[in-house]
Amino acid sequence: MNDAPLLEVKDLVKEFAVRKNPFDKALAGTDLKVHAVDGVSFSLKKGEVLGLAGESGSGKSTVGRLTLRLMDPTAGRVDFEGTDLTTLSEEALRRLRPRMQMVFQDPLSSLSPRMSIGAAIRHGLDVHHVGDRHERNDVVRSLMDDVGLTPADFLFQKYPHQISGGQAQRVVIARALALNPDFVVADEPIAMADVSVRALIMELLKKLKDKRDLTYLFITHDLATAKYLCDRVAVMYLGRIVEIGPKDEVFRHPHHPYTKALLNAVPVPDPGRRRTHELPRGEIPSAVFPPSGCHFHPRCPFAMPACQEARPPLKNVGSGHQSACILE
Amino acid sequence: MSTMSEALLKIEDLSIDYPIAIGTVHAVRGISLEVEAGQTLGVVGESGSGKSTMGLAILRLVRAPGKISEGRVLFEGKDLASLPEEEMRKVRGKDIAMVFQNPLTSLNPLMRIDQHFYEVLKTHKPEIKKAEARQLIVKILEDLGIESRRMGVYPHQLSGGMRQRIMIGLGLVLHPKLVICDEPTTALDVIVEAGFIDLLKRLQKEFSLTIVVITHNLGLVAELADRIAVMYAGQVVENATASEIFHKPLHPYTQGLIACVPNIDLDQQTLTTMEGSPPGLVNPPAGCAFAPRCPHVMGRCRIQEPELIEHRPGHKAACWKITHGELNHHE
Repeated sequence: MNDAPLLEVKDLVKEFAVRKNPFDKALAGTDLKVHAVDGVSFSLKKGEVLGLAGESGSGKSTVGRLTLRLMDPTAGRVDFEGTDLTTLSEEALRRLRPRMQMVFQDPLSSLSPRMSIGAAIRHGLDVHHVGDRHERNDVVRSLMDDVGLTPADFLFQKYPHQISGGQAQRVVIARALALNPDFVVADEPIAMADVSVRALIMELLKKLKDKRDLTYLFITHDLATAKYLCDRVAVMYLGRIVEIGPKDEVFRHPHHPYTKALLNAVPVPDPGRRRTHELPRGEIPSAVFPPSGCHFHPRCPFAMPACQEARPPLKNVGSGHQSACILE
Repeated sequence: MSTMSEALLKIEDLSIDYPIAIGTVHAVRGISLEVEAGQTLGVVGESGSGKSTMGLAILRLVRAPGKISEGRVLFEGKDLASLPEEEMRKVRGKDIAMVFQNPLTSLNPLMRIDQHFYEVLKTHKPEIKKAEARQLIVKILEDLGIESRRMGVYPHQLSGGMRQRIMIGLGLVLHPKLVICDEPTTALDVIVEAGFIDLLKRLQKEFSLTIVVITHNLGLVAELADRIAVMYAGQVVENATASEIFHKPLHPYTQGLIACVPNIDLDQQTLTTMEGSPPGLVNPPAGCAFAPRCPHVMGRCRIQEPELIEHRPGHKAACWKITHGELNHHE
C-alpha cells in the first residue's frame, strides 16, 4: 500500500428528476428531485477494502455506479489515480475501463443467457483485443481455475441456465477480473446467494484480493458481512455518509446515533444474546423531501433544535474515524 | 386428555412429490416435526431444502401437480392431510394463518387496507356487522402500531415494513392458534426487521400464538425460535432447542451452516466453507444426502440412510458419525 489514494471521491451529488403530477409540483413550488447522493466524499488506498453500508434508499448503490461513471453525477468529482473521471471523454474513459470493474447483485441477470460462460468471461478480452483467440481462451481457463470453476474445459461451453447460482456469481467475478483491474466495485455480490454459497463467495473475494492486489468498494446492507470483509466502513443514511472509519473503530466504538441503531438491530446468530432492540422511531423519510439539517434528526433519540438547522460536518472522533453528528 | 406439553401441530412422516417431465421431485422426504402450543419452531434450510413446501403442506396449499404422497399433518389431533376441502377452508386463516415473504405480491394493489381486513372477516364470519368489523380492525391496527386512520390507504402508499405488519395483522385478525411465517423478513431492512421481530414476540404473548418460522436466516431464528429443525435435501437432519443448535450442533451440515455465517459480535478471520451443492431430488442418492459434501464422511454414509434419532435429551440428529451424544471425528 502506498499513500496516494487510488480513488478519491469529492462532494459527489446525484439528483434524479421525479415525474409527478403537476399538482404536486405546484404545491412544492419547484421541480421534484430525489436526492440520492448528497455530498459524499471518501478515498480508497490501493489494496484497501472499503465497505459502503446502509439500508435501501441510502444511496450506496448510486455511489458505486458514480465511482465507475456508469452514470454522470450532478456535481462533484471522482479521481482515479488523480484523473477526474467525471470530465473524461468517452474514448479516454473506455481506455481506463479495463482497470475498474463491477460485480452486481444478481449474477443471472448480469449474464447473457445466449453466451456460454467461457465466452462471457472472454468478452472483455475480445472487446479490448487482448492477444489472439487462443491466448484469450488460455486466460479464461486460468481465471476459471482461480475462481473455482473447475473443471474449466467442461464448464467453458455451459450456458448460464445450466449452472448453479453460486457458479454464476463466480463467472461474473471471473469476467470482472479478466482485464486485470485494479479496482472492483462489488454491489451486494452475495445478497441473492444461499448461506453456504455466501461464505464461499466471500472467501473467494478475499483470496482474489490478496492474489491480485485488488482494491474493493464493497456495497452491502449486511453489517456482519462488512465487518468480516472490509478494512474500513462507511455508513450511509439518506444520501450522506454519517460515519466512516476503520472497521474495528466503527464496530467497537460507533459514534453516530444512526450507526448505533443499525448495529443494535443486526440479528446475532446466537440465541444466548437475545435482547430487545432499541430502535429509532419512525421510518426512513423520503429522499424527495429529506429533513433539514441532519437527515437523521426526526428519528434520533438525542436530537436537539440545532440538529434541524445545519448539516453536521464529518468530525474526527478517532484515528481515521469520523462521525457527522453535532454532539461530537 | 391433554397436557401442557401437548403438541398443537404434529407432522408425521410427511412426503411431498412433484411429478415433472423427467421423473418425480421428492421435495419433502418423510419428515416428522412437533410444535408445542405457545412455542416457536424455526425451520432452517437453504433453497431447495423443502422448507417452504413443508410450510405450504401444513395448510394444504401445495400447488398441483405437487401432492402430499404420504404422512399426516395433525393439528389439535385432526389430520389436515385427509380433511375434506370444505373443512380445510375453515381451518385456513381461522385456526392457522400464513404470512408470506413478499407483502407487495400478497396484498391486492386495488384494495384499500381496510378492505383486505373486511374480506378476511366476511369470509369467515359472514354475519359480522360493519361496525363490529371496523372495531376489530381498529384494535388490530393499534396492536400493530399503525394509526387507524391509515386503514383507508392502498398498499403502495405504505412502506415495506408497514406492509409486512399489515400482513401479520391480516393473519391475526381471526385470532388463529398457529401462524406460519415463510421468510417474513427477507424483504426488510435491518432496523425494520428488528422491529418486526420485537412485534412478533409481543404479539405471541398477547395472542398466545404458536409460531412456525421458515427461513434461511440464522440470525432470525436465533432471535425468535425455541426449537429449530434444520432441513437438508427434503429431510430434517437435526432438531433441538435453539441454544443446542447454535452452541452444540451435532450434524456436520448444521455445524457447517453455523460456522459459515459472519457474526458481528465476533472477530472472525476465516469462515468455514462447504463446497458442492445439495443433490438433485429426482433421484436422491442412496445413503445420507449430505455425504458428498461431508468432511466426516465414511463408507456406511454412502450406502445406508441414517435415521433421525435422539442423541441427547431433546436433541435429534440424523448422522452415522454421532456416538454417545457427540460427533465422532474418528472412523
